[in-house]
Amino acid sequence: MRHLIIGNGPAGVVAAETLRAACPLDDIRLLGAEPEPPYSRMAIPYLLEGQIGESGTYLRKAPGHFEAQRIALQHGRATAIDTAARSVTLDDGSHLPYDRLLIACGSIPASPPIPGIHLPGVMTCWTMEDARRIAAAVKPGARVIQMGAGFIGCIIMEAIVARGASLTVVEMGERMVPRMMPPGASAMLRARTEARGVRVLTSTRITGIAATATGLRATTGSGETLDAEVIISATGVRPDIAWLAGSGIETAIGILVDHRLATNIDGVYAAGDCVESEEFGTGHRIVNAVQPDAVDQARIAAMNMAGRPAHLSGALQMNVLDTFGLVSVSFGQWQGVAGGARVEVDDPGAQRYLRLEFDGDLLVGASSVGHTEGVGVMRALIQSRIHLGPWKDRLLTDPTQLAAAYVARTQAA
Amino acid sequence: MMKSLHIEAAKCTGCLQCEMACSFENYGVFNPAKSRIKVFDFHETGLKVPYTCTQCAEAWCLKACPVDAITKDKSTGAMMVNEATCVGCKVCTIACPFGTINYVADTGKVQKCDLCEGSPACADACPTGAITYIDADSTGIDRMRTWAAKLENQTAGHAD
Ligand SMILES: Cc1cc2nc3c(=O)[nH]c(=O)nc-3n(C[C@H](O)[C@H](O)[C@H](O)COP(=O)(O)OP(=O)(O)OC[C@H]3O[C@@H](n4cnc5c(N)ncnc54)[C@H](O)[C@@H]3O)c2cc1C
Ligand code: SF4
Ligand code: SF4
Repeated sequence: MRHLIIGNGPAGVVAAETLRAACPLDDIRLLGAEPEPPYSRMAIPYLLEGQIGESGTYLRKAPGHFEAQRIALQHGRATAIDTAARSVTLDDGSHLPYDRLLIACGSIPASPPIPGIHLPGVMTCWTMEDARRIAAAVKPGARVIQMGAGFIGCIIMEAIVARGASLTVVEMGERMVPRMMPPGASAMLRARTEARGVRVLTSTRITGIAATATGLRATTGSGETLDAEVIISATGVRPDIAWLAGSGIETAIGILVDHRLATNIDGVYAAGDCVESEEFGTGHRIVNAVQPDAVDQARIAAMNMAGRPAHLSGALQMNVLDTFGLVSVSFGQWQGVAGGARVEVDDPGAQRYLRLEFDGDLLVGASSVGHTEGVGVMRALIQSRIHLGPWKDRLLTDPTQLAAAYVARTQAA
Repeated sequence: MMKSLHIEAAKCTGCLQCEMACSFENYGVFNPAKSRIKVFDFHETGLKVPYTCTQCAEAWCLKACPVDAITKDKSTGAMMVNEATCVGCKVCTIACPFGTINYVADTGKVQKCDLCEGSPACADACPTGAITYIDADSTGIDRMRTWAAKLENQTAGHAD
């Protein structure tokens, strides 16, 4: 059996390794479009901070790891799939046959339709190449404007500041990380960010960028002008699927997959940032572009490719963010559900926030700031649908007892 | 035969010797707050439950790590955090559904139970035999593993 995996990010690598464990004799080929060994995008901020070198971002560190696993690494970009002939066309015109195909090509940064967005000095922070460009341009004293304070934007902020730049963050939404954290928690992150000397503009849009004698000038919706040497565009990403047009593989925002990570075409699977799948607990389709979900999906897809039925109960939103030392997390339906109970402890003085959302006696969502002990049980309580029974009322009084509730309902029963 | 920690909550008196031993083993101080094993004390029922990582087969922490900082020790079977490689991204702390791998702000890295290279200080310190380090087979009824399996059925099948 020939397994071909398009994309060598975390999803591609975990799928290849899962396949190898499940089918020792099969051919496994991992295709990657970027000229680097398989690496992790999410390690880029640590590279920019100087905590690690480029090799620190590599997904596997042991020399000869892929050879030892008999996973063939190939450099090249897939440009088309002929699903009838079970063949993939590469950018050099060659073709690769497959019996089972996994598409794990990830996402690409959205390019907002703003005049000047393609000027030199305006950059995204997504690939290793981007990281090198940012490292070369963002020097101590550089003025940097970052467009977007979503999850990825908030992650790279600290690295930009660590490089000695003076940073202004411009976000269209009314708060930072609007799709990850509720207002009270978001306000704490903002306060922390501003305390580190970052200027934060929310409900603000950059409407144009122009080149000046010394750099760049951005104009906001209210007509204010901001001067900078570098503008980083972090306005969101979307699945990299334009190249699949005409393949017959069903897509919407992302590649549509079922609970087995199978597409509508026999033998073709998809996993990671490029997919759109059913959300755990809601049934809505979402693109859940986070590392832990990408690898979970990759594992399930690979099991099915290996002929061992496995399914994912749905994509669970989960995020962890460190904002200048303030750690925040959110899981599941952190906004809450209609008719469900909620408890919220919002303590800006102590820089601690904790909010739990219930549906009946099930935990369905959670978010926190300043808590790092045992946050993982939020995932278990939500995803295992553990009935809290009497613990629900206890949690409504004291939500910090969450880990105790989990242990009580699972270990001490 | 691989050994694992076997926890019998009914025998636990809540003396916290395990937490002291763990923090001393890893940080050279007696400070339960730094312990990787935690005793939950349920006042309503009087039950005390020592709780730590089971080195679960699914190893969500290991699989989620973006930089290969968590590896499985071949002799003990423990998932080990390589501090030199860990970048402190905390993704493992939300991936592990047991809350047993945690971020330590002082070091900027994560910590979890590493089975003390095969002689766990907590088991040595436990005066009542509530925590023992025995052949993995005999711990087969371990409740935590049951719950791992329950979650796994919903989220995943695994290769081994
Ligand atoms: C700066 C930054 C910080 C982040 N921080 C976090 C974080 O803290 N937590 C978190 O959960 N997530 C974070 N993420 C997101 C995380 O990196 C992604 O969710 C994860 O990389 C998804 O893995 P993937 O394998 O699906 O896709 P990718 O990692 O994008 O890998 C896809 C690979 O496929 C290749 N490819 C694309 N098209 C083709 C083609 N046609 N042919 C061949 N190869 C192709 C790409 O070059 C790429 O190497 C961060 C991302 C960035 C950029
Ligand atoms: S830390 Fe969690 S995911 Fe990792 S081995 Fe232990 S229980 Fe499993
Ligand atoms: S915190 Fe460290 S061990 Fe955990 S996922 Fe990140 S790099 Fe890996």
